[in-house]
This record gives sequence, C-alpha cells and structure tokens, in this order.
Amino acid sequence: MTQTELTAAADHGVGMTARRDAWWLQPLLIFIGLTTFGVYAIWAAWQGNNYLYVGHGAYYLSPFYSPDLQAIFGFQPPFSFAFLVLWIPLGFRASCYYYRKAYYRSYMLDPPACAVGEPKNRCYQGERKFPFILQNLHRYFFYLALLLLVSLWYDAIRALFFRGPNGGLQLGLGVGTLVLFFNVITLTAFSFGCNSCRHLIGGQLNCFSCSCTTRTRYKLWRGVSVLNLKHMEWAWVSLFAVGFADLYIRLCAMGIWHDVRLW
Amino acid sequence: MSSRVFKVWRGDKSGGRFVDYQVQAEEGMVVLDAIHQIQRTQAPDLACRWNCKAAKCGSCGAEVNGKPRLMCKTRLDALPPGEVVSVRPMRSFPLIRDLVTDVSWNFQVNQKIPPFTPRPDATWIMQQEDVDRVQEFRKCIECFLCQNVCHVVREHDLKQHFFGPRFFVRIASLQMHPMDGLDRMALLKDQAGLGLCNVTKCCTEVCPEEIHITDNAIIPMKERVVDRYYDPLAWLWRKIRNAR
Repeated sequence: MTQTELTAAADHGVGMTARRDAWWLQPLLIFIGLTTFGVYAIWAAWQGNNYLYVGHGAYYLSPFYSPDLQAIFGFQPPFSFAFLVLWIPLGFRASCYYYRKAYYRSYMLDPPACAVGEPKNRCYQGERKFPFILQNLHRYFFYLALLLLVSLWYDAIRALFFRGPNGGLQLGLGVGTLVLFFNVITLTAFSFGCNSCRHLIGGQLNCFSCSCTTRTRYKLWRGVSVLNLKHMEWAWVSLFAVGFADLYIRLCAMGIWHDVRLW
Repeated sequence: MSSRVFKVWRGDKSGGRFVDYQVQAEEGMVVLDAIHQIQRTQAPDLACRWNCKAAKCGSCGAEVNGKPRLMCKTRLDALPPGEVVSVRPMRSFPLIRDLVTDVSWNFQVNQKIPPFTPRPDATWIMQQEDVDRVQEFRKCIECFLCQNVCHVVREHDLKQHFFGPRFFVRIASLQMHPMDGLDRMALLKDQAGLGLCNVTKCCTEVCPEEIHITDNAIIPMKERVVDRYYDPLAWLWRKIRNAR
C-alpha cells in the first residue's frame, strides 16, 4: 500500500484535471474549425468580387453575397455589400445554443471541458449581464435567418436554369447547382432544428392535446425535435457547406475550377 | 483474474491523500465492487456511500479517473486496461470522509421550489403526449453528478445564487406539467439563477439516466424566460390577447 500526497482540490486552475482522456482534443478541433471558417468568411466577404459565376450560361451566386443587394437595388456601398447581409447568419450562429457551448468551451475555456479547471473569474455572470444577455435575442436572428433562407432557396432554384445560346433559360444541372442545393438544404435543417424554433413551434405549450391547433403544433414540434437532436451535426455540416459553396463559386469565377454540366 | 491498482482518496475536510490498493479484477466487475473488495480485504474503515448497486439509488457518485460517474455503473473493462484507476469524492460538495460528501445543499435547494400545484380546473385526464416530456425528467435518481460537474458550482462556487441542473429539471417537470397551475418563471430567472448557466452541457454528458438535461429542460426554460422577460413581441402579443 503506497500513499500519494495530493489535495482533493489539486485540479483548480486552467486545464487542471484528473481526467486522463484526450479532453483537450474536441475544444482544440472546434477552435481550429471555427477560426478557419471565420478567417475565410471575413476574407471572402472583404473581396467584393468573384461571388457570381455566369460562365456557360450558369448563374451561381455565393451564399455570402445572397441576396445580391447590389443587383436588386443598384447601389454601390463603399465596402463589400456582403457585410450588409453577413451579420444575420453571424448573429444567428453566435447566439445558437450549440455554438454557445462550442465557443464558451473552446475560446473562453469556461469550462474547456467537463471537470476540467478554468481561468479564475471572480465576476462570472454567465448569460445574465451584457454582453451575453444578448443571447436572449436568438429568436430574432432566427426570424431574420428565415428571410435569408428564402433568398438562398431562390438562388439554388435559379441555379437550375442555364442561359442558352439564344438567350432563353433552359433547365439544367451543374455541379454548382448540387453545391448550392446541398448548402441550402443543410442550412434549412440547421435553422429549423434551432432550439428557439422548437420552443416557438410547440415547446412553449403545456398541453399538446387540448385543441386542433395544439395537436398540429405538437406534430410540428416532434419534427423539429428530430432535427434538433442532431443540431450540432447540422451546425457543422451547414458551416462547411456554406464555406465550400462560396469557395466553389469563387474558384469557378476565377477560372481555376471548371463547373461540370451534368445535364 | 488480473490485478489492478486503485488510487483511492482517503481523508476528511482537514486534508487527505490518495492511497494505492491492489484489487483482483474479475469479469463483469464495476468500480463499486473494487471499493467493496478494498473494504473487505485491506481497508475496513474506507468510507463509501452506496445502496442499490443497480444505478437506481444515486448514492455512489464519485470521480473515476477524473470523470463524475456512478461507481456501480462503471465497469472496469470500460476503463483503459493496465492503467491505475483513480477514485475520489465528488469535488463540488464538502467532504465528510474518504468518498463520502455532504450533499445536503441540494436538499436545501429542493425545498425552495414550490411543489406541484394543480390548476383549479384540472380534469386529471391526461394524454400520453402531454406527459412524455415530464416522464423523461422523472427518471432522475438524484445522484447529483450533474450538480457536481456544473462549472457554476464546481469552479465558480455560486451555490448561493444558483439551483443547478438537477433543479432546473425539477422546475421544468412542474412548469411543463399540463395540470400544474403555478408560475415559477420569476423564481427561475432570479432566485434559481438560470441565466448563470451557459449551456455547456456537462450535466447532460454525465447523467447516468441519459436525461437530455440541457436540450429538454434547461433550454426550454431559458426560452420561457425569454418569452416573459426579453421578447418585446411576445410581450405585445400577451397584451393584445389579454385585452380581448
């Protein structure tokens, strides 16, 4: 029988823990993933060009620049107009319950992982004070994100139509069309699996069986709950999809990649 | 039968240490079996709280290899083979002795929650879909692993201002009950400190009953608090409905 002197409070302090598994791996991967996407998104939005591919009759608009406010309203802001739109998905994702968990853990180490020590913060207020009390506005970003989804669905459907040699539009399918549909489908699943949506659609009810309306809302709530169960997965797939859609269109517009017409 | 080294916390609130014990590991053995073997063969004074040994009483919560777990539900063959197994008491509660902690704070918090209060017009006829959500919360065995792992309690020691995940689950089970008529929203927002929770989901990760504590209890309660206190459109809608 041997004895090891160690106090029970030995795991106080950043990263201190008695855990032996690779608890640091997940927050590290999230940090890398979110930082990479953030840097790319800011760079792509800053460019203000190569966001539209119209080669071979296609019409692919990058999701970072949708809706195309410049074409709709015809004005030329002194900065890339992507910034007029991007604050909506940024706010939606930043206040999303999944992403909150992700960045509280990976960026703020609050906590970095379960049962792992964190930086000493005598004034911890959670989400009760500014700025994190603003997380309560998540549902408003959800409403705005729904408007963007309409625009993205329009873009995906528009990508099904190719301008022919006579100037008319023909139904078609390119790899870019698939990329844009993948993007909008994953974003739709992410948005409708949102916890605020789940609450608004039926979670706020206490009695699901009380009326015809509540029974309908119960069915919708169950559907949203199925999406919500995989909210984290949808969050990451949709993040990848939106980044890749922009990259694909950008590289096609720059002539580096060539869109393949499938039909 | 193989031998494994267990590093078990021994001590009381004045201090303590990890003590190494050799355990003869058998097939199907759980950590609580190993602790019992240590008590039987090497340390009869080792204090450990347990009762059912079936993951239903919630008594044998401890930190095994640094993770909050029920000792009776942690099989040795699920731990990395050949490694020393460390067992220590739950860190967020005052230590009594060895692996036993004083969890009475949780019972004090529980007393602050107004119990089930039926609506005056309660019919007592309920449909399954109306009680499904509440039934999930009724699985809680009050092991307090979620309270132990929650960083608001564990790291920030805000026990005076925070009820903790176990009691958010209890409040959710009352608030969502179709026959309950009491409003606990002010309690949730202020006294219970729901806003201190930053939804990092550790409570869900450690729950031995696999209750979706964050997604099905805490977040829905946060959204109800938003309805009441932070959403101007919801406020306007309530005004219009009340005026009709």
